[in-house]
Amino acid sequence: MELFMRIMKSTIGGKTLVGITGLSFALFLVAHMAGIMLMFVSAEAYNKYGHALISNPAIYIAEAGLIVIFVAHLAKAIQLTIKNNQARPQKYHVAASGEKATTAVQKTLWAQGLLILVFVILHLNTFKFGTIYYVTYDGETIRDLHRLVIEVFQSPAYVGGYFVALLILGFHVKHGVASAFQTLGVNHPKYTPMLKTISLLYALVVVGGFIAQPVYVFLFHKGS
Amino acid sequence: MGGTSTETMKIKLKIWKQDGPSDQGHFIEHTAETVSPDMSFLEMMDVVNEDLVNSGKEPVEFDHDCREGICGSCNMVINGNPHGPDKATTTCQLHMRRFKDGDTVVVEPWRAKAFPVIKDLVVDRSAFDRIMQAGGYVSVSTGNAPDANAIPVPKVDADEAFMSAACIGCGACVAACKNASASLFVSAKISHLALLPQGQAERLERAHAMVTQMDEEGFGACTNTGACSATCPKEISLENIARMNRDFLKAGLQRRK
Repeated sequence: MELFMRIMKSTIGGKTLVGITGLSFALFLVAHMAGIMLMFVSAEAYNKYGHALISNPAIYIAEAGLIVIFVAHLAKAIQLTIKNNQARPQKYHVAASGEKATTAVQKTLWAQGLLILVFVILHLNTFKFGTIYYVTYDGETIRDLHRLVIEVFQSPAYVGGYFVALLILGFHVKHGVASAFQTLGVNHPKYTPMLKTISLLYALVVVGGFIAQPVYVFLFHKGS
Repeated sequence: MGGTSTETMKIKLKIWKQDGPSDQGHFIEHTAETVSPDMSFLEMMDVVNEDLVNSGKEPVEFDHDCREGICGSCNMVINGNPHGPDKATTTCQLHMRRFKDGDTVVVEPWRAKAFPVIKDLVVDRSAFDRIMQAGGYVSVSTGNAPDANAIPVPKVDADEAFMSAACIGCGACVAACKNASASLFVSAKISHLALLPQGQAERLERAHAMVTQMDEEGFGACTNTGACSATCPKEISLENIARMNRDFLKAGLQRRK
């Protein structure tokens, strides 16, 4: 523990924690995205998948793990952002241009993180802790999450907000996935360009998958 | 050099003036009326200073030494870009032909907590010296230069080490980084020894000591934006930072004390 704390105190140790927790969450996002794709199979498959997850006692361990990962990522990133700001007390009067410039996405990773936090809280509040409907399949009554999802995504405001939040998430993970490998010491002329492509594909697939659901419901599931 | 230009340009300058680390600092405005496109940026600054002195004003202090792109002294942020707009170029190798007649050029010092302003555009970069003193050397007596091939070093490793050793310690990486991180400099210094046999004995201890000193100096963390490498006059690669991170983490896990 003492060793862990000592490494964590350094900037590189801190970035390593942000990288590892970020990658872990990125893996969760793939699983989550793949799971909810069952909506395109049937309401029954979707509801049964949800029920299988929440009826397994291991869900509490998984949820606790996700909370720890999320909080650690956020806390360390905020701490480093504060240190980074302090490292340049007086800002430049003119911003760099061309190749020497830093992109807006790279400059606002902290803000993206906070917006994602707000989104996650609203998202959990809407679905996990939202209205509970019931449905019965083969004599077993389980939660009808599908109905709630259809209901929620009728609202253009919600679908719009969802779209924006996921776009932000997309930019965040596109930088994050490739960056985490660099932080963890993986940089090689052969593999780094590949990792950057993988990072972009990851962002496109995951965010594309997530966006597909509200857009589909909004456009094709009117008034059901 | 193929001949000289007879045309001159008018350049409007906004240059940072600051009396010392505790002074707030401000911009002075000055128009250089007859700038030759053949002048280097520093020669233009010399002419500006001559004008300022002739009109009874205080000249602008700036660092410079070799004026041939190898010493890393001539540190200025020109229109937001450390060492100006060109890639792989120091300020002294930047020429006024890069600008247009009537352009406004803003000149600022490197801005970082770890690089306090001494005067105007001159900053104190001794933080880099302290990082080097923490471990940027091989402490065994190496004697005379060994015979060629007495110590086998694969050509790729020698090339890599040489590319890292090309760092001139100018600090443009810190100036360019949104976090004023010194990661590119420190990693280049760690790498050029880590890649050679002579550097192996102290490799992890060196990475640990230099990174610890880097953090103590108040530089920020690395966000992997790559602005440092794009700005570096010697085009030091981000691969060095990954190598530094590996060695530092390994050191953290392996050290006995």
